[in-house]
Amino acid sequence: MPTWDYAPAPESTDIVSIRDTYGLFIGGEWVEPTSKHYSKTINPATEEVLAAVSVAGEQDVERAVEGARKAFGTWSAIRPADRAKYLFRIARVMQERARELAVLETMNGGKPIRESRDVDVPLAAAHFFYYAGWADKLEYAFPGRRAEPLGVAAQVIPWNFPLLMLAWKIAPALAAGNTVVLKPAETTPLTALMWATICEEVELPPGVVNIVTGAGATGAALVRHPDLDKVAFTGSTEVGKEIQRAIAGTKVHLTLELGGKAANIVFEDAALDQAVEGVVNGIFFNQGHVCCAGSRLLVQESVAERLLGKLKRRLGTLRLGDPLDKNTDIGAINSRAQLDKIKSLVDSGVDEGADMYQAPCELPAQGFWFPPTVFTGVSQSHRIATEEIFGPVLSVLTFRTPQEAIDKANNTPYGLSAGVWTEKGSRILWMADRLRAGVVWANTFNRFDPASAFGGYKESGFGREGGPQGLSSYLRLTEP
Amino acid sequence: MGERVDVRKTYKLFIGGAWPRSESGRSYEVMSADGKFIANAARASRKDLRDAVAAARKAWPKWAGLTAYNRGQILYRVGEVMESRRAELIHEVERAEQDQGRHRPDPAESQVDEAIDTWVWYAGLTDKLAYMAGGLNPVAGPYFNISVPEPTGVAGIVCPERPSLGGSCARLAAALCGGNAVVAVASEKHPLPAITMSECFATSDLPPGVANILTGHKEELVPVLAAHGDVDAIDVTGVASKDLETVEAAAAANVKRIVRAGAAGQTRPDRRTQPARSPYEATAFMEIKTVWHPKGA
Repeated sequence: MPTWDYAPAPESTDIVSIRDTYGLFIGGEWVEPTSKHYSKTINPATEEVLAAVSVAGEQDVERAVEGARKAFGTWSAIRPADRAKYLFRIARVMQERARELAVLETMNGGKPIRESRDVDVPLAAAHFFYYAGWADKLEYAFPGRRAEPLGVAAQVIPWNFPLLMLAWKIAPALAAGNTVVLKPAETTPLTALMWATICEEVELPPGVVNIVTGAGATGAALVRHPDLDKVAFTGSTEVGKEIQRAIAGTKVHLTLELGGKAANIVFEDAALDQAVEGVVNGIFFNQGHVCCAGSRLLVQESVAERLLGKLKRRLGTLRLGDPLDKNTDIGAINSRAQLDKIKSLVDSGVDEGADMYQAPCELPAQGFWFPPTVFTGVSQSHRIATEEIFGPVLSVLTFRTPQEAIDKANNTPYGLSAGVWTEKGSRILWMADRLRAGVVWANTFNRFDPASAFGGYKESGFGREGGPQGLSSYLRLTEP
Repeated sequence: MGERVDVRKTYKLFIGGAWPRSESGRSYEVMSADGKFIANAARASRKDLRDAVAAARKAWPKWAGLTAYNRGQILYRVGEVMESRRAELIHEVERAEQDQGRHRPDPAESQVDEAIDTWVWYAGLTDKLAYMAGGLNPVAGPYFNISVPEPTGVAGIVCPERPSLGGSCARLAAALCGGNAVVAVASEKHPLPAITMSECFATSDLPPGVANILTGHKEELVPVLAAHGDVDAIDVTGVASKDLETVEAAAAANVKRIVRAGAAGQTRPDRRTQPARSPYEATAFMEIKTVWHPKGA
C-alpha cells in the first residue's frame, strides 16, 4: 500500500523583518516607554522569542491619549474626502503587504497560514476599504441626523484575530473622524506594530493612530483615562463587565464585543457532509479561539449517531502542526495560559462524566498544542456546555423538536452567534427568528464581511462592528 | 339632601395586567404642586419589582412575536383610549405639576396632547424600523445576508420626574414600539398620571405583563432594577445625576444596555412638555441580528 502523505509546504518567513525591540507608536513617532519595561513576545508554535515589546505604563498611556487628543482637531476637520483617501491608501498598502502581514500574524499568534492568508488579512484590508467609502458620506448614513465624531477612542483588542480586530476597531473610528489609542493583546502585538509602519508609509497625520503595547494593566489604565470619548473592547465578558463598571456615570460611549457559547444546530434533513464541514469549521477554525465559535453542537437525535461517525472520521483527517505549513488545519494554541485554561475545562468535562474523544494526532514537542476534542454525553449543566473554552473543544448535545433546539441554544447568558443546518427554508427562518444571537449562520458558519453587522445579544456585549451599524458606534448624532 | 359624596380612586401598581397593592402594604402621600394632598400612591417593594420583571419576561415572547403591524394597531389603540380620557389626564397632570390656568397655552393640556400624539407616532413606526435600522448587506461572496432589528427583551425604565405623563409615555412608547416588555418606575413625585396611563393600556389589547408600572421610592427600586439579572436594558432618563454612576455600575452585572432619552439627538415637538421622540429612541432598545445563507443552484 502506498502512503499518500503530505509533503511539508512551509511558507517562508524571509519576507518578514522583525525588529529586536519595539517602542510605542505615539504621535507618529516610535518612542521608548517611560516605564522602561519590555516583555518578550514569542512564537507559540516554537516558543522562540520574536521580539521585545514595550510595556506601556500610565505615563505612556497619558502621552498616547494626549497625542490622540491633539490630533483630533485636525483629523476631524480635514475634508472628509481626504480622510477617505488616507483610509483607501491604508487598505491598498495592506493588500500590497498582505503576505508579510499574514506570515507575521501566523508567527506571532500560531494560527494556520491558510487562515491568516485567506481570511484575516484580506478581511482586514477590506474593512479599511469599506469604511474609507463612508468617510465622506456620513450625512447620508443616518437620516434626520447630523453625524459628528466622538473624539478620542480607546480600543482594546484580543489575541485571536490581532490584525482583523485592529481593522474592525480602527477603520470605522477613523472614517467617522475620531482619533484612536489602540492596545493590542499582550501575546500578539507584532502585526499591529507592523501595521503602524503602514500608517507611516501612507503619511497618516501623526497622532491619529497611537499604539500602546502591554498587558492587562496597560489596558486598564487606558480605558480608565479621564480624557476619552469612547471605549471599544473585544475580549472576555468578565473584563467587559469591569470596563462597563469603570466608565459608569461618565459620558464615555462604550461598545463591547464579548464571549460566546454558540450552538450549531443540525437537523435530520441537513446535508450531513456539508454540516460536518460546517461543524468542523465552526469549532476548529483558529483552534477554536473564536468568540463566535460553534462550541455546542446540537444534533437532532435521529441523526446523531450518523453525524458523529462522520465527524470523528473527519477529525482524523485534520492536520495539526506547523502553522506556517500551507496544509495545516490546526495551528498552535496562542499561549501557555490559554492552553492551561483549555486543559482545566477539558478535565472538568471528564470529571463531570462526559465522554471524551480526541483525534489521534501527534503533538509537536515544542510550543503549545491541543488536539481536536469532542465531548458526547454532555448535559446542559456541565461546565463544558456553559463556559467559553476558547479552544478546539466541541460539546455535543441532542434534541428532538425545533422548539427543544431553540430552548437549548438560548439557554446561556451569551448570545453572539448560532448555526442552523437544514434543507428546509421555512425552518431556517423560523429558527433565525427565535435564536437570541447577533449572528445566525444558516448552512454556513464563521462568515464575516465588512458590510455585515457583527455583535452580540445579552452578555456577549452591545454595539455592532461592520456595516452602517458599526459606523454609528463612533458617531455622535445630533439634530441638524 | 347634602352634596353627593364622591367616589375616590385608589391608585395601585400595574403588574401583569392587574392592579395589586404593594405586597408590602405600604403607600406614600402624593401632593399637588401647591402642596395639597391628592392621594396615596402604592409604595412598591423590591418584591413587587421582581414580580413585575417576572410578569414582563413571561409576556415578552408573545409581544415580540406579534407582527409589527399588529403592535402598531395596539399602540394606536393606546392613543385612542388616552384621547377619550383626555380631560381626566389633563386634570391629573395639572393637579400634579402646576397651578391651573396660569400659562397659555395650558402646559398640562399640551403635555397630554403631545403624549397622545406620541403613541400615534410610534404606532406608525413599528413597521418602519426594519427599513430604518437594517437591510440587505452586499457581502463579498455568494451569500444572502440581512440585518434586522429585534427587541432587546425586558427593558427597565426609570421615568423622568417631569413631564409626569409625557415622560413616561415617550419612554414606554419607544421601548414597546420595537417589541420590548417594560417594567417602569414612575415619576416619584408625580406618579398618578402614569397609573392612569396603565388603565389605558389595560383597555387597549396590550397583552397583560407587557407594560408594568411601579410607583414608590426610586432610591429603593432603581438599584434593584439596575442589578436584576433578567432585565436586559435600563433606561436611566429619570435617574438623578448623582445616582447615575451607581446605577450604571450595577447594570454591568449582566451587561445591560444603558439607554437615555435624546442620546441620538433631541427631536421634540415641544421641549417643555415632551422628551425626545425619534426612531433612534426606539432602536436604542433593540439589537441587530444578522442572518447569512449561501446562494446556490
